Amino acid sequence: MSLEQADAVAIAAAVREGKVSAVEVTKAALQRIAARDNELNCFTTITADTASRDAERIDREIAQGKNPGCLAGVPFAVKNLFDIAGLTTLAGAKINAENPPATQDATAIARLKQAGAVLVGALNMDEYAYGFVTENFHYGTTHNPHDLKRIAGGSSGGSAAAIAANLVPLTLGSDTNGSIRVPGALCGVYGLKPTYGRLSRAGVALFSNSLDHIGPFARSVRDITTAFDVLQGEDERDPVCTKRLQSQMLDAMSRQSIENLRIAIAGDYFEKGASPEALEAVQNIADALGVTQYVTIPEAHRARAAAFVITACEGANLHLEKLRLRPQDFDPATRDRFLAGALIPSSWYIQAQRFRRWYRDKVREIFQKVDVILAPTTPISAPFIGQETMILDGEEILVRPHLGLFTQPLSFIGLPVLSVPIVRPNALPLGIQLIAAPYNEALILRVASVLEAKGVLCV
Amino acid sequence: MEGKGLNVGEYVDLMALLLDLELRDEYRDGVIANFERIMAIAQVVNEFPLPETIEAASIFEP
Repeated sequence: MSLEQADAVAIAAAVREGKVSAVEVTKAALQRIAARDNELNCFTTITADTASRDAERIDREIAQGKNPGCLAGVPFAVKNLFDIAGLTTLAGAKINAENPPATQDATAIARLKQAGAVLVGALNMDEYAYGFVTENFHYGTTHNPHDLKRIAGGSSGGSAAAIAANLVPLTLGSDTNGSIRVPGALCGVYGLKPTYGRLSRAGVALFSNSLDHIGPFARSVRDITTAFDVLQGEDERDPVCTKRLQSQMLDAMSRQSIENLRIAIAGDYFEKGASPEALEAVQNIADALGVTQYVTIPEAHRARAAAFVITACEGANLHLEKLRLRPQDFDPATRDRFLAGALIPSSWYIQAQRFRRWYRDKVREIFQKVDVILAPTTPISAPFIGQETMILDGEEILVRPHLGLFTQPLSFIGLPVLSVPIVRPNALPLGIQLIAAPYNEALILRVASVLEAKGVLCV
Repeated sequence: MEGKGLNVGEYVDLMALLLDLELRDEYRDGVIANFERIMAIAQVVNEFPLPETIEAASIFEP
């Protein structure tokens, strides 16, 4: 068994069966990170000592006949905005490096560890998660493993690149306007943004309270499903975490087909800004699923605008005190955006929130007729590091904000979205969003598993 | 938008004063440029007529 290529579920099975030890798996991951991370810059911290101790404990439990969990010995890493007990949570910011260490793990980390996974480090991101590129002013740029001259996407760039480079099989990131899906697409890996409130954000540095989600990255559908199952559950530490019952999905997925699902392609807004290669990728997926129906998500461009206003306003207000006292210690680009966001009139923010309610109701109506919607994740494949503009539909537009063209209108109302990777021969990867109604993660995971089985994703 | 004739630089300076945010010379222009961008984007939402019955949710639920 190749530890480098194996997915998390395969590694955990091998560890539980004694074919390989958790210590060996952890050591191999740490060696891969040591060998490649200088050029990729995925990691900001490597937790080798605690990882080795945790792996030894898992091996002892197995020797004692205990079941260490469904992710036994699986190395994982997290975006550096998740609290790791004993380490300072950076959130990509220089100012935060002076904070005291976290006293306990984020709930998501605790749940993965409880399932036997082994934390090996923290991952690079855009400062305060404000960006789509992971060209971090303080901690450097994360490079795309498919082409080191290109960006990994952001803001969870380290989380996606670490998976794509086979450094670890499982990572966590966060998604406000596309920060899981954009890097997932550009790096060619799965990235799941669950329903808003479905996974606990306790112990996670927030960017925009009413838009933030956390979610996993992985190289297979069964890995991303397993991680989602492990991460679910009510959490008193997070006031927005749902009290809905968990619905474990991995077992159910293998028994269910998608024959009766109503699947449609997102038209209009989601076609206009896409490059020909992105549209072709959507069409290929639609063909593989036998989908011919189109739907229009009304006023998606206004949803994106409203998301922009809410993000700017909420993000700025979270950091107001630091903006007063230490503006010189921000990335200048982040600082100027935050400062401008702090000056937004409340009526604009309220109008954006009212629009959100209206838009949510309109999209709910669509989901009376359709179960899953397909749309490109990003308009183009990974741009070059430092690339400022791109040509779309004959028009030169800025790269940085427009990588979220197709992800923002869906984050805005908290829909569950899985970005599935389209890894193409002799070309950079792209991503396709599978979108469902709130709390219907099972549907998009089922569709992804069928696509994976058909071999159209080629991860 | 109602901001016709608005001097964005003045607005930014006054609001920053109100919020006790110091805008140093080296980044004042960047803040103004960003606020102008936000203003244009906000207009797309602000100009959209919404029924009075649509409330802003105090707790957002999808």
